[in-house]
Amino acid sequence: MAGERRLRILHLYPELMNLYGDRGNVLALTARCRWHGLTPVVEQAGPGDAADFGNADIIVIGGGQDREQRLVCRELAGDRGKRLGEAVEDGVCVLAICGAYQLLGRHYVTAAGEVLPGAGILDLVTEAGPDRLVGHVAVEVDGHLLTGFENHAGRTTLGPGARPLGRVRWGFGNNGRDGTEGAVYRNVWGTYLHGPVLPANPWLTDRLLALALERRYGEAALERLDDRLEAAARRVALRESRRDAARRMASAWRGRKRWTA
Amino acid sequence: MRSAVVVGKLLIRLCRVLGFGGSNLPGRVARRLCPDLLARLAGQCPRGAVLVTGTNGKTTTARMIAGILGRAGLTAVHNRTGANLITGITSTYLEACDWSGGVRQDIGLLEVDEASVAAAVRELPVRAVVLTNFFRDQLDRFGELEHTVGLVGKGLGLLPPDVPAVLNADDPLVAGLARARGEGATVFYGIEAESDLSEPHPAREVRYCSRCELPYRYRVVTYGHLGDYHCPDCGERRPRPELAATGIWQGGPGQGSRLAVRSASGELELELEVPLPGMYNVYNALAAAACAGVLGLPTDAVERGLATFTASFGRMERLRVDGQEVLIILVKNPAGFNEVIGMLARGGVPPDLLIAINNRYADGTDVSWLWDVDFERMVATVRPRRVTVSGTRSADMAVRLKYAGLEASCMEVRPRLSEALPAALKALPPGRPLHVLPTYTAMLELREGIRRAGHARRYWEA
Repeated sequence: MAGERRLRILHLYPELMNLYGDRGNVLALTARCRWHGLTPVVEQAGPGDAADFGNADIIVIGGGQDREQRLVCRELAGDRGKRLGEAVEDGVCVLAICGAYQLLGRHYVTAAGEVLPGAGILDLVTEAGPDRLVGHVAVEVDGHLLTGFENHAGRTTLGPGARPLGRVRWGFGNNGRDGTEGAVYRNVWGTYLHGPVLPANPWLTDRLLALALERRYGEAALERLDDRLEAAARRVALRESRRDAARRMASAWRGRKRWTA
Repeated sequence: MRSAVVVGKLLIRLCRVLGFGGSNLPGRVARRLCPDLLARLAGQCPRGAVLVTGTNGKTTTARMIAGILGRAGLTAVHNRTGANLITGITSTYLEACDWSGGVRQDIGLLEVDEASVAAAVRELPVRAVVLTNFFRDQLDRFGELEHTVGLVGKGLGLLPPDVPAVLNADDPLVAGLARARGEGATVFYGIEAESDLSEPHPAREVRYCSRCELPYRYRVVTYGHLGDYHCPDCGERRPRPELAATGIWQGGPGQGSRLAVRSASGELELELEVPLPGMYNVYNALAAAACAGVLGLPTDAVERGLATFTASFGRMERLRVDGQEVLIILVKNPAGFNEVIGMLARGGVPPDLLIAINNRYADGTDVSWLWDVDFERMVATVRPRRVTVSGTRSADMAVRLKYAGLEASCMEVRPRLSEALPAALKALPPGRPLHVLPTYTAMLELREGIRRAGHARRYWEA
């Protein structure tokens, strides 16, 4: 295959929305781009910055704390959200983690009962719960087991227009009740998984790269890379998600803490 | 109270014999037997108690204050092993008192966990509260940072108006807590610099004006999100520190800093030797000096107390193991790790590293913070000769270094610390030190291993 193949990665709100090492998702995308012989071009856009959604191949947004989320919320519920929605309809790949995932939904109801509007790109609503859902999590997606770490107070419920990213094997997922985790709509991937999720799950990283390549170049053959280190880390993380689940069950039996939300 | 003291002291002995050190258990049991035990024990110290809290640097700052108190001829009840919950503090007083509950020390010096500040203020005769900084740390334990700030703020709110809070002027969240306090109830310390003192790193935390919700602008960044900040909208700015470092000279790995320190009134000028490296230890030393000022201790005690300071176990420590030099530097969050990377880069020679990452409760169970550490800069500027990776989450650390661009050929993964240390030492070129960067529990494990081999003391003897 002749010629350089570039992929444009847009890191949206890199400072405001970076909880729990979510910038690692951008590092994973760029590193694997290079290892696959692609040329990554990373751009960053903060609040108010000009961001060219139409030209991007993959847009990445991390999780944020409440205050940051309010700032970003104002933008995503407005004009910028509308332009992002248009890019999504055009097939751009989006990875939205935790707080960003919530903000792409219809709205978020805070603990005080305030309703914050979202971008409305994903058909889902989120409500703040009484406590945080914290721990290692394992999720089944198309026969693969994703690992990550979740830490969120929001309980998300999907509408008919979004399908879940996967089923929770161990952990809480969207709301701790219905067994779903994350949401997918067109090429938008929303998830509660930190970890960060892409370095922990190279399969998912390559899947995003393949989707972006397919859209940009109409062809998406990626070679298999040597992922033995990642596989070893995944085994440890899986064990911990099993252990966290067992601990929650044990303490539920002792009647000290609820283990479903 | 008598029986509670006896039971508590016996339990401390028992814990020792069974081999676990600074423990919460004796304090917890004794408090059941006598709920006001801590207040009754601590109330006997004629100079009351000093609390040290904040995300980073609690232990080191408290130890620095201990050094100064010692030079000033004062004895202290000090939780130096880091048992910083209210139960651990009770254990500390139990250990310090005699069998009939008599406390002879002059003052209490307590490092306090952020979540225990309110309880400590209620039960202890507090004379000053020293606050170091607020970094995102162990979020899985406390939830979000603002919650932690709220916990400490609640504690400060319970302080009588005449008890000063010693606050870091350069940390917006710390300085913001002064607003709830009256005039003269706070003493600020900080750094006066003309240009940035540490390299900005990509995952720097952002701080917002509490009124305008806009990100603060910085004239100067000293360390992480610390510096000389102001709000571009309402003009809210960093308070002028009463005690400030006006000149700082930093050394390489294993070397400390020298500071010129001045009071805002100009009547006090000090030259301080801080035998610990890194900008964070400059702040710790300033906090300790400001606290000494509040307590009315003489300045030569401050100078000598800091100069002869030895690091808390593992936070920065030099050991000899089988004739080879081992330098242990605690790493527990991105800001601290980035400082260590800067220090290693100043060392010149490409070092051998042993990075040990555990994720037990005290380390924080979530290891995602590794991705907020600038390992890309480490690979480029420290250029380590060899990296051994160990600990319960060594696999995650290995992945992190792979994505940072470290050559696979100079990395070895050994999850068990008991195997990693000998392997790293065996590969060490003669005459060169091994730099060990462990998380908290990995550091304890490592020290225990070295102690078994007969090279270092148990940590409560340190």
